[in-house]
Amino acid sequence: MAEQATAPAHQFDTPIQQYEASTLGMWVFLLTEIMFFGGMFLGYTVYRLAYPEAFAEGSHHLDVVLGGINTAVLIGSSLTMALAVHAAQVGERRQLIRCLTGTLGLGLVFLGIKALEYVHKFAAHLVPGSHFVYEGPQAPQVQLFLSFYFGMTGMHALHMLIGIGLLSVLIRLAWRGRFSPAYHTPVEIIGLYWHFVDVVWIFLFPLLYLLGRH
Amino acid sequence: MTQPIVSRALYYRICAALLMLTLLTVGVAYLNLGALNTVIALIIATGKALLVVLFFMHVRYSSRLTWVVVSAGVFWLLVLLVFTLSDYVTRSTLAGWL
Repeated sequence: MAEQATAPAHQFDTPIQQYEASTLGMWVFLLTEIMFFGGMFLGYTVYRLAYPEAFAEGSHHLDVVLGGINTAVLIGSSLTMALAVHAAQVGERRQLIRCLTGTLGLGLVFLGIKALEYVHKFAAHLVPGSHFVYEGPQAPQVQLFLSFYFGMTGMHALHMLIGIGLLSVLIRLAWRGRFSPAYHTPVEIIGLYWHFVDVVWIFLFPLLYLLGRH
Repeated sequence: MTQPIVSRALYYRICAALLMLTLLTVGVAYLNLGALNTVIALIIATGKALLVVLFFMHVRYSSRLTWVVVSAGVFWLLVLLVFTLSDYVTRSTLAGWL
């Protein structure tokens, strides 16, 4: 088993070459993700420039405290993910499983808080669509802001869900002892994905929650 | 394998810096600085993203090829943003001239 995992696939000369090919492939995938989220950030910016007052008004309906806590939770999950990669590199299996489980747990906390925020929006009739109720001359533009809010945070949350699925597979593999200092590429690659999702939130939080706050 | 192992202490320091920057960006958002609010928020967010990409995602320790690929991603994102916004931002100005 260990022999199989250590030997590179036959198209590679060395394990390090295989490792570099895998991380590079992951980065190419992440570039497509940058463009995917980039399109949404661009659309948001264009409409923010068109309706600055309505977007500032809209951001006042978001909960800065919950958003801030979620930012801290996600940064914490990135730390545990980085520590998981470290544990895999030095071959500490128990520590690896602990760190991966911690990352998964913090990811679930993030989604729980996000769900709570969504529930508040549903209760306040702030979800765009036929049940949207809003007083004021800027109602259509505020609804546009909230559409961006739900679209962007929703896509981000979908990525978190996928990340949580990937983490549970990693924990299973780590439990079975599949990773060693010589072979732990999946931990590194899923770590890259997890940190990328964190970076997206690092931009979403100030743009959606903070601008127009003063 | 020969890829460098980043120390745990560094990971903790990066995490602490990220949390401090988060507090800073929330604090600054409540001051009225006009257009500077957006600029500062974006600078802080970019700084945080750099810390994550360079250290947590190990780009600082990666091969030249990874550097090139990551820079290409940032470059194309900037092409998308700058070229589109240069159109939208200048529309009303140009309409006055024509």
